[in-house]
Amino acid sequence: MKGKGLLAACALTAAALVTSPAHANRDYISIVGSSTVYPFATVVAEQYGKTSNFKTPKIESTGSGGGFKLFCSGVGVEHPDITNASRAVKSSEIKKCMENGVKEIIEVKIGYDGIVLANSKKSPQIELSLKDIFTALAKDVPGADGKLMANPHKTWKDVNPELPDVAIEVLGPPPTSGTRDAFVELAMEGGAGKFETLSALKKADGKAFTAVAHTIREDGAYIEAGENDNLIVQKLQANPNALGIFGFSFLDQNADVVQGSIVDGEAPTFENIADGKYPVSRPLFFYVKKAHVGTIPGIAEYLAEFTSEKAWGPEGYLADKGMIPMPDAERKMFADNVKELKPMAAK
Amino acid sequence: MAPEKKSLLSGNHNKLLKRRYMAEIRFKWLGITAITIALAFLAFLFISIIGNGYSAFRQTFVQLEVNLEKEHFADPDLSRADYGGIIKSSLRTMFPDVSSRKEKKLLYSLVSSGGAFKLMDMVKQDPKLIGSRFKLWVPADDDVDMLMKGAIDINEPESSRRIKDIQYEWIKTLERGGLVDLKFNTTFFTAGDSREPELAGIWGAAKGSFYTLLITLLLAFPIGVAAAIYLEEFAPDTALTAFIEVNINNLAAVPSIIFGLLGLAIFINFWGIPRSTPLVGGLVLTLMTLPTIIIAARASIKSVPPSIREAAFGVGASKIQTVFHHVLPLALPGMLTGTIIGMARALGETAPLLMIGMVAFIVDIPGSLTDPATALPVQIYLWADSPERAFVERNSAAIIVLLGFLITMNAAAVYMRNKFEIKW
Repeated sequence: MKGKGLLAACALTAAALVTSPAHANRDYISIVGSSTVYPFATVVAEQYGKTSNFKTPKIESTGSGGGFKLFCSGVGVEHPDITNASRAVKSSEIKKCMENGVKEIIEVKIGYDGIVLANSKKSPQIELSLKDIFTALAKDVPGADGKLMANPHKTWKDVNPELPDVAIEVLGPPPTSGTRDAFVELAMEGGAGKFETLSALKKADGKAFTAVAHTIREDGAYIEAGENDNLIVQKLQANPNALGIFGFSFLDQNADVVQGSIVDGEAPTFENIADGKYPVSRPLFFYVKKAHVGTIPGIAEYLAEFTSEKAWGPEGYLADKGMIPMPDAERKMFADNVKELKPMAAK
Repeated sequence: MAPEKKSLLSGNHNKLLKRRYMAEIRFKWLGITAITIALAFLAFLFISIIGNGYSAFRQTFVQLEVNLEKEHFADPDLSRADYGGIIKSSLRTMFPDVSSRKEKKLLYSLVSSGGAFKLMDMVKQDPKLIGSRFKLWVPADDDVDMLMKGAIDINEPESSRRIKDIQYEWIKTLERGGLVDLKFNTTFFTAGDSREPELAGIWGAAKGSFYTLLITLLLAFPIGVAAAIYLEEFAPDTALTAFIEVNINNLAAVPSIIFGLLGLAIFINFWGIPRSTPLVGGLVLTLMTLPTIIIAARASIKSVPPSIREAAFGVGASKIQTVFHHVLPLALPGMLTGTIIGMARALGETAPLLMIGMVAFIVDIPGSLTDPATALPVQIYLWADSPERAFVERNSAAIIVLLGFLITMNAAAVYMRNKFEIKW
């Protein structure tokens, strides 16, 4: 009897396996990509799911690189329709897309995200320049004679006599994170360019310069705190001497416990990032597979929701969630692109 | 004789004896300390999770008087009507002196966008409501909810808190009129994921977990038991069998993410099963649970004494009759215990699901094995990464629910072991 029960169970599962619609039509939008864009894309998806007659899109948080890998693997229902990215697509990724038959891609820039350095409100607010950031965090810095040496700075005062005499302790994302990529590109590279010897190096040997500017010290002053920004905020509360690096939306939500450091004279506020005054901010994108528009139901409507003023406008719900909107002209340009489904030009 | 007796009690022997007793006492205290530390950690875990999470079972609601005037419903498609506008206008009637655009925005942000969806569902279910006026409790915004639960300190400077002074005044006014109240948070148990903490629930994830585990159970239990029976009772004692046994034992110790990678390569890329579905999740967890079940099942078959088999053979039973009529029923309680423990582990697994796309934002509640779904531990992982503070308590509440399931499953295993255990 029991044996029969087991057999029946097996048969049932086998039947479920065989009848599973492996290549049947998908009736929901499949989105992958950046964990930075995830909190914004999910808001749009939810709003769209609740106000339209389509199913709510499925959004996976795979990271920008992982997103492109899935996105570029081909055309068809088993491949995602949209990928979010916290950086522009690389030419190598476009090439891979082309090889797999993903020929027409629509690029949509959605807004900006500020990367902030913040510390606990128990300590005074810190004022840094990009040069200070580089000097404090790079693995190798130019010495007095201009030659590179291992970073000798132990306290912020060593970096810049105007800064407080506390040990350098910065909690930030690991190398796999898009936030880290953007941070080294905008803050570290910007700071490195302020050194005469390094800017000379940049002209002579770009690759060597990038290697210096992008390498963060590994002697314990920079602590990789994982991809979880909430965790960094909690650690900052526990340790008032530490600085943390994370996205603006986390500063926005936790403004009662942490404060953003002033960088190059500009505080990380919504207005300063939107005006482009705050130096460490990056654009956010998503990419749409044109071949899927019309095949998978609801993509055009999702794009319309995302590019509507009530979503990405200065008063829209994405701004409420901490995304920095683009200027009017830029929004209009991308909204028009989306309406016409204009694919991006080859790079 | 006398001197020898004396030597037994001599100072040297007394010292030795004392040292042995001391060693025993030290060991006892070490043991007690170890247990105390372990219990203290456990208590810390439970206290911090329950302390953070219990408040999520209640949610702040605001009572509004909504006026469903007929002109709002000119369009025959009821989902097109401006429900948000209706909610906003009832807020305006409550606070008629709010006029500036900025203040209006602050006023509207007191209630959740979920209020409009709730109203829409009500009207769709009962179109006769159109044209009537009635009182409706709508969920408050998560910031208001946090204020009511004491997570926002109103003594902080206004710029650094998410509830502004004027909003605080409004909430106090509402509170005096009895129009704000903490009620049981049914949404948390009936809704899917959401980016608004007040609308987020675990039902979608719980159902995803259920479907995934259903597949795992239906596949892993029969396959595991059959494999165990074959290996224990039928397999010839050859080098190949020994090789298989070693491999099964090794597989039980393989990190679970490897099974996720395997699942991605075989089930998704090769077989073409859709990503993010309970079907593929269940298959991956089957691979992970199988070795555990096989090992437990073999151990319980082994514990059936040979006399049972010999007696069965003695009365003329065939090999297969012996196994299925006598050995298997006696070994079943132990197999079930092993299965439940394996399933409990599968329930708590996130890493393999990461590889097959079940770590995703999914609002709709899965209705079948091929709908996209997440699982309970994945939901916890996703909420832990959300910036909104209200997700902290919801996350702890989700952990409470997951722990509840795990404890229930383990308790069931213990109960079955005690009830059906046969002492030989």
